[in-house]
Amino acid sequence: MGDLFLVYKNITRNMLRFSLNTFAIVVAFLLLGILGSINHAFNAGIELSADDRLVTVNKVNFTQPLPLGYVNKIKSVEGVKDVTHANWFGAYVKDSNHFFAGMAVDPESYLRVYDDYIAVDEEPKKAWFANRQGAIVGEALAKVYGWEVGDRIPISSNIFSKADNSHVWDMVIEGIFSGKEANADTNWLLFHYKYFIETQTFGNDWIGWVTLTTQDPSLNEQVAREIDKKFENSFHETETSTEKQFNKSFLEQIGNIGFIITSVVGAAFFTILLIVGNTMVLAIRERTREIAVLKTLGFSSSRIFKLVLSESMVVAAFGGMLGIMLSYVFVGGMRNAPGIRNMLPNLYVDSSIIIQSLIYIVILGVVTGFVPAFRAMQLNILDALSKR
Amino acid sequence: MSADVLFELKNVDKKFVRGKETITIFEDLNMTLDRGDFIAIMGPSGSGKTTLLNMLGGVDRPSAGKVTFAGEAISSLSESDLAKWRADHVGFIFQFYNLMPMLSAGHNVELPLLLKKMSKAERHKHVAAALKLVHLDERASHKPKELSGGQQQRVAIARAIVTDPDLLLCDEPTGDLDRATATKILEMLQMLNQEFNKTIIMVTHDPEAAKFAKRQLHLDKGQFVDKEI
Repeated sequence: MGDLFLVYKNITRNMLRFSLNTFAIVVAFLLLGILGSINHAFNAGIELSADDRLVTVNKVNFTQPLPLGYVNKIKSVEGVKDVTHANWFGAYVKDSNHFFAGMAVDPESYLRVYDDYIAVDEEPKKAWFANRQGAIVGEALAKVYGWEVGDRIPISSNIFSKADNSHVWDMVIEGIFSGKEANADTNWLLFHYKYFIETQTFGNDWIGWVTLTTQDPSLNEQVAREIDKKFENSFHETETSTEKQFNKSFLEQIGNIGFIITSVVGAAFFTILLIVGNTMVLAIRERTREIAVLKTLGFSSSRIFKLVLSESMVVAAFGGMLGIMLSYVFVGGMRNAPGIRNMLPNLYVDSSIIIQSLIYIVILGVVTGFVPAFRAMQLNILDALSKR
Repeated sequence: MSADVLFELKNVDKKFVRGKETITIFEDLNMTLDRGDFIAIMGPSGSGKTTLLNMLGGVDRPSAGKVTFAGEAISSLSESDLAKWRADHVGFIFQFYNLMPMLSAGHNVELPLLLKKMSKAERHKHVAAALKLVHLDERASHKPKELSGGQQQRVAIARAIVTDPDLLLCDEPTGDLDRATATKILEMLQMLNQEFNKTIIMVTHDPEAAKFAKRQLHLDKGQFVDKEI
């Protein structure tokens, strides 16, 4: 028997209380793990955005189109290095439950602008450029559907239809790309803009948005201002921002995710702090006489303080670790759900969440254990022994 | 001071302040206690028996005067030194046993050994010996609630002697037991005194229990009186 055994015996002497306490802590850390991972997944795209990349969208709303002619006009703005454009396709295979990100792009300029992000070999790249029906898919997406180079795949759109009233675009996989960064999202497909625009029913020569690079990030603000000024008072006014800002504002359409998550986790932790703290105070009060006996036997006040504080630390650590482990299981399950995998490809319990959880475990243990430990340390033997 | 003197109380005062009132328990109390003695302290409620026992056990301090143990003034030790002194020299036996309910008899007995630098094997050896001495070696794994009152008090005695202390302080050790069980406990204390030379101070209300001691001291209004029970 050692001090740790004493701590264990004390926290498990009332199994119902211990179980309920642990359950409360597990819920808090499970929430932290899941919501923290979602937040991280949302922000991963923002973190990978290049500093010198700008996005120009329709000022009304980014879902509104822009004329194709804007591409060349933007290219002529001083400080612009390269320009490309893209159209959101809303792709799916089999049925709309199997949707993923698909974009109609100008292949050559798109790969130039995203040279720091997309890695694809020269040979498949050339094959894609040459085949109007060709597409390249990210390796994560190819893995999900078992696609290989040379496969002919029927891709449908949940937005567009073809001029012949069908909804299916036949595409040939010419290459499989990977991300240049370790956590880059590769759950998407790129295909020819010309193939898309010439076969769909909503008219020609319009694009979804323009992406451009600047000669230097210091020119971003000036270039953005120039572009928007150029199209001022036109039918299609623009709004240009850095890719980081664009991704951030895109996410904020859903809401301030960071704030929501902080609020939910904060409320959960505050509640659990009260529950566990109160339980610890009551548990120690019930054991006043026992603590006095320990002191009488010769246990020093500092050792009593450590013993009591250790109890709350162990409860917090046990519940916290269990919560983190469960969040691994839950997040893993969510990651395998097709809808979530496409929406949040970077959904995983990041090491920063683990570190954050470990810090919270220590804080929870100390905050809930300090008051009862301090009281136990200060306990007067005679007063405590005279109570019965 | 004779070589055999274990305790000496010199001009000890003990006063409590309750509101505006000061209650005097002892005034100029003097006492010596020899090693190997077995003393029963008797007296009416409020006479200061338990207060005296607490001062001798280092859980209470005199308001004035000096308490020395084997020449060491324990009344001037710091809280942490006093805790260490208790662990090294004193075994406590309480009226209501005060065992830890979540620990087995063996683990209860082992508690004071956690304060010693001792290996696990050594601790187990000491625990087994102490439990054997109180005839409970086969009940080591039992929780206090699975034991009778007498058995619980025997576990408490084993806990008190496991560190081989010089002094055993017993506060009404048979107060919660029937006569037959009380007699067994008192015989056990007598055996510890006679065979192991343990110095025992026992506070009791029970004249029958006091008869097991070598000496009986009667406290009244904070002073020893020459009344033999």
